[in-house]
Amino acid sequence: MKIRTILAKEINEFFSSLTAYITVSLFLIAMGLFLWVFPDTSILEYGYASLETLFQVAPWVFLFLVPALTMRFFAEEKRMGTLELILTAPVSQWQLILGKFLAGAFLILFCLLPTLVYYFTVYELGEVRGNLDSGAIAGSYLGLFLLGTAFCAIGLFASTLSSNQVVAFMLAVFLCFFFWSGFDSISRVASLGAVDFILVQLGIYEHYVSLSRGVIDSRDLLYFASLTFFFLLLSKQRLEGARW
Amino acid sequence: MIEVQELTKKYGKQVAVDRLSFRISGGNVVGLLGPNGAGKSTTMRMLSGYLLPDSGTAAVGGFDVVKESMRVREHIGYLPENNPLYPHMYVREYLHFMGALHGMKKDRRRTEHVIELTGLGPESHKKLGQLSKGYRQRAGLAQALLHDPPVLILDEPASGLDPNQLTGMRELIRELGKEKTVILSTHIMQEVELLCRHVLIINKGKIVANDPLPALVAEGGLEDVFRRVTR
Repeated sequence: MKIRTILAKEINEFFSSLTAYITVSLFLIAMGLFLWVFPDTSILEYGYASLETLFQVAPWVFLFLVPALTMRFFAEEKRMGTLELILTAPVSQWQLILGKFLAGAFLILFCLLPTLVYYFTVYELGEVRGNLDSGAIAGSYLGLFLLGTAFCAIGLFASTLSSNQVVAFMLAVFLCFFFWSGFDSISRVASLGAVDFILVQLGIYEHYVSLSRGVIDSRDLLYFASLTFFFLLLSKQRLEGARW
Repeated sequence: MIEVQELTKKYGKQVAVDRLSFRISGGNVVGLLGPNGAGKSTTMRMLSGYLLPDSGTAAVGGFDVVKESMRVREHIGYLPENNPLYPHMYVREYLHFMGALHGMKKDRRRTEHVIELTGLGPESHKKLGQLSKGYRQRAGLAQALLHDPPVLILDEPASGLDPNQLTGMRELIRELGKEKTVILSTHIMQEVELLCRHVLIINKGKIVANDPLPALVAEGGLEDVFRRVTR
């Protein structure tokens, strides 16, 4: 399967440069510091058997790390000229986009899996062993993963906009931030009235918080799926448009 | 094998390829010769499906380059200008990757055969980024040959090769040209004289000569003809 070929190549590329190592390490170091060392956010200081802090901080770390992962996807291929090589092979644009997207998703998963150690830690540390809300945590992990993959799709699209990785990075950060909390902020502009509800629903934050309650609402899943698909579709349009 | 009719491509107001028409039948090595900026690469990019023409049609191996692009790509081996490569990949890793994109399963014998054919043997254990220009060129050519396509579209395949390597490539391309359709582009006379059997001279997006090589040589030498038609 050609998607698998692209996927394998991208993952290989992540791990043969420092990209993967730095991204995962930075994420885990940042999470580790926030959750166990810094007194403001530390679980140990907070005193409650909850992983809330992880899920509050992680999106902001993703906001910078995911664009750093995805900035390479098309910007570098364009700059090196290899995009011409791939696009003239019998591979469809969707196969190319999905292969890269899945590689990003895989790396995000790779970042998140080690944090399960935190879950087990808090599980053991509870006054009554295991007195944490596992359902909410499961929902939160799902929300965080979906958030990560949505950022990945946004970053992939941003990467098609420039052959300069730094520009791709900045565009991705901006777009991710806008979808994460931009809608929320706009909705608070008092003069908008009833529209504010719709605006809030367009932003990721609302759906992320909703999932983190532990109840998997199909509307939230649909939102993430649509958002992700939307940006992947935009990416395909970019690739097609470049042929003109 | 390659049929081009009134092919046109504009970049904004500039006409890069201007109602180009030519036909190449199978088993030939055709040189697309022209000054820089004449439209050689643009033409090749339209044949390979990287760019879409603004008007006109082209068919490679009987398949329309716009409507049946996938089919076309399955039947061509394409070497783009500047020979783009992935520097971190090893030679065999790269060939397996490109092969997989063409739907080939990992075929070690085929890979080794192509490595031998292009003379990559002594350097085949290295990463592409570690190869010298000449070997990188060979790697690019190897990728185009791997899936044994009936049509080869090579954009400046001899770029950066020293005279010895050029002779080696001549033998290879001559051999390939017996059964395949090869179209290669260059702006260097000697390459055309060494490699091609038929010559298309392109200037400012138009074909200004379309003749077998011996005919042009007889007309007063290729270089003379070139200067005359590209003035």
